[in-house]
Amino acid sequence: MSAKTPAAGDRLPALALPPVNRTTLALFAGASGDHNPIHIDIDFARKAGMPDVFAHGMLSMAWLARLLTDWQPQSKLRRFNARFLGITHLGNQITCTGEVTEIVEENGERLARVEIRSANQFGETKILGDALVAL
Amino acid sequence: MIDKAHVGREFPAHSVAVEAGRLRFFAKATGQTDPVYLDEAVARDAGYRGLPVPPTFLFSLDVEQPDPFAWFNAIGLDLAKVLHGEQLFVYHAPACAGDVLTFSSRISDVYDKKGGALDFVVKETRVTNQDGVHVADLRATIVQRNA
Repeated sequence: MSAKTPAAGDRLPALALPPVNRTTLALFAGASGDHNPIHIDIDFARKAGMPDVFAHGMLSMAWLARLLTDWQPQSKLRRFNARFLGITHLGNQITCTGEVTEIVEENGERLARVEIRSANQFGETKILGDALVAL
Repeated sequence: MIDKAHVGREFPAHSVAVEAGRLRFFAKATGQTDPVYLDEAVARDAGYRGLPVPPTFLFSLDVEQPDPFAWFNAIGLDLAKVLHGEQLFVYHAPACAGDVLTFSSRISDVYDKKGGALDFVVKETRVTNQDGVHVADLRATIVQRNA
């Protein structure tokens, strides 16, 4: 958590995650309540035309939430959006990054607009998103 | 193709009690070690009534239903062909362990791209707590690949 007031150009401390494995996905399925078999059952995934199971988009979004709340307390988070641009595969090692792009005012409150991204070890973008965080 | 007549369709509201154990399991599954999400005393010192519901867990509470994918079937989405395209959360008030949250959803948009190769369905969900306080709004965009 930073003591100084966020300003445009500030970079959030990056969050580096361990590689995604089948245990990661099984645990997240149970904990998140998303039991879609495409993420945990290779037979179902293959029938659906995928080579293997793959990560829940919401797992990567939960990691982006950690990026934000590691930086500022959750009570300041006003808005959080994610566009899922690529599938996160087994073995992918995700890093979450973010940068304050501008300070805006909404409903009489000053907010930092933060652009956030998650990408794997090959630099492939998986999520682009943005958040509004109260100053 | 998903029938555009589904726009405006509402689904029955459902209520979920937020349990501390579920929040700790979610913290474990997402690698969260910040004690505010794990330790009741730390959460209270930070000003919360109980362990806070982390930013994306509202989505998980919304799928806490006997058949969370019933609405997929109701409008013709096939679980084997869908991807999560976009997810938005707008936060109005904190949610914590001990709360009972009510989720009310409706289909707000249906459209297609690439000559019908991709269908998009947008579902909006309003979340209120046991005191009637408006806690958050969710908007999920689901994409179906029509091979």
